[in-house]
Amino acid sequence: MKERQPSILGATCTVLTVILALIWLFPIYWIAATSLKPETQTIAMPPTFVPSPPTLESFVYVVQNSPIFRWYLNTVWVSAVVTFCSVLFALMCSYALSRLEFRGKPLIYALLLVGFMLPFSTMAIPLFMLMNRLHFVNSYAGLILPQIATPLSVIVFKQFFDAVPADFRHAAVIDGAGEFRILFNIYVPLNWSIIWAMGIVTFIGTWNNFFWPFIITNSTPMLTIPVGMTQVQSAYGIAFAKTSAIAVMASIPTAVAYLLFQKRVTQGVMAAAGIKG
Amino acid sequence: MSTTDPPGKSVLATTTAAEVDRPQTRPQTPRRKGWPIAWALVAPFVFFYGLFLIYPAIQVCYLSLTNSDIAGQGGFIGLRNYVELMRDRDFWDSVVHTIYFVLLTVVPNTAVGFFLALLVVRLKRLRLPILSAFFLPYILPVSVVTTSALWILDANFGIFNYLTGNTTAWFQDPHAAMPAVALVTIWWTVGFNMLLFIAGLQNIPADCYEAAAIDGANGFQKFINITCPLIWPVASLVLVLQLIAQFKIFDQVYLLTGGGPYNSTTVVLLYMYRQAFQQNRGGYASAVAIMLVIIIILVSAVQFQLLRGRRAK
Repeated sequence: MKERQPSILGATCTVLTVILALIWLFPIYWIAATSLKPETQTIAMPPTFVPSPPTLESFVYVVQNSPIFRWYLNTVWVSAVVTFCSVLFALMCSYALSRLEFRGKPLIYALLLVGFMLPFSTMAIPLFMLMNRLHFVNSYAGLILPQIATPLSVIVFKQFFDAVPADFRHAAVIDGAGEFRILFNIYVPLNWSIIWAMGIVTFIGTWNNFFWPFIITNSTPMLTIPVGMTQVQSAYGIAFAKTSAIAVMASIPTAVAYLLFQKRVTQGVMAAAGIKG
Repeated sequence: MSTTDPPGKSVLATTTAAEVDRPQTRPQTPRRKGWPIAWALVAPFVFFYGLFLIYPAIQVCYLSLTNSDIAGQGGFIGLRNYVELMRDRDFWDSVVHTIYFVLLTVVPNTAVGFFLALLVVRLKRLRLPILSAFFLPYILPVSVVTTSALWILDANFGIFNYLTGNTTAWFQDPHAAMPAVALVTIWWTVGFNMLLFIAGLQNIPADCYEAAAIDGANGFQKFINITCPLIWPVASLVLVLQLIAQFKIFDQVYLLTGGGPYNSTTVVLLYMYRQAFQQNRGGYASAVAIMLVIIIILVSAVQFQLLRGRRAK
């Protein structure tokens, strides 16, 4: 008797979980459905739950009447450069912290801790002034440069490098390999999975970043997608199908990246929170 | 392998502190004149970090003592900004609104995350799709989340009011606006907390449950006496991360309500943004930023003490 009870309870639980998950996904479905409706159908009462017939007219309108492809390009470029530089520099720095002794090391640790405690947004004002003085407002440099140094990646990579047996480096040093070669030929290949994970998480994070691009850009051709789409909305007024269409376009890249690299994203998110997956 | 931390149990807050304090006692590699190469390795990171993080951090302290405009022009005025802040009702209102938002999100977001993790972790074949369903909102840009929320919670045409027979204008009603922003935030970010809890639940050794089962414990007893105490380190990590994250609330409020109605959702960072970029008061806005940092540090310290006290019991 005792064995059977949990299985009924378990089945109920599973059904409830599935229903809850569907409710959780409903807003995403609703945005996708709205983007495929003609504008008049979106405000019809009672609402139609499945667009019939589905139409792409909102997408066509958005593509023709907003610089969305320019924003796409901006966002891809910014996210790619930030991800590449941030991962590369973090790898180099964490390797030195993990494997080399040098003067100034305690200072770097202290600065890393400071960076953890200070929220980026509270530094937006001096950062904006600095960018203004360097004439980087409304430029790729202004968007990219402040996002490159990510202390979190340094800490995560350092933990993984610490776990590599010291003999590996020892042997390579005896063979006469330089530190850069040891890093890129031994330490990087050994830790590919976490590097990938942090890379994808950095990419998604940069793609989605709203606050800094919002502060540093105000000219339409320089906006990134998350900032640009909010401008379109205020320009369209009430146009639910069109704003939904642009929302769908803005989220497709990150959603696809997540669904393709699910395991890596999960690993990266957990590593960033300090839990090794 | 001797330097490896026990997998799964390392928690950032403690690990980093420990790592910094730990003396470098690795008896290894032949020493060579390493420091030029070491500096070459750290230089790019240190350059960007110093120029775009440490320098602004120092600069914001100095700016808070000046009457600079947003271009940085202005002179030293001592503590006058802070004196003005103490008497600035709008600022203290924004602090109260922020704390209200923190209360509405931190504990609920942690509790819902834990609840979802409990539901997901017992699944087998359905696990990955269900986990993705709860986590998917987290990887959407904030403006997509707010666009969806504005549409779904629209007073007249929104599906939520239609299905629930409600007529609340969620983002125009001063009483409903902040809870609505909190609700949207939880929907958006709870997947992250759920993920941390799932990792924590998986790290509870199965032996514990087996031993309890032999002793005749039922499911509820196992949950109270094994799951809850063993998940507590993860729960306190989530609470700390949540607290710091929610104090920084800006994006959702700016996009959903713009701080309204009647400033009822104007939070500290929004107030800072307005002072800096609309009132052109860079110095005063910097003082607001410093106050926010102080508040975050104070509240984290209090929370840290509370959580530690709880753990000691």
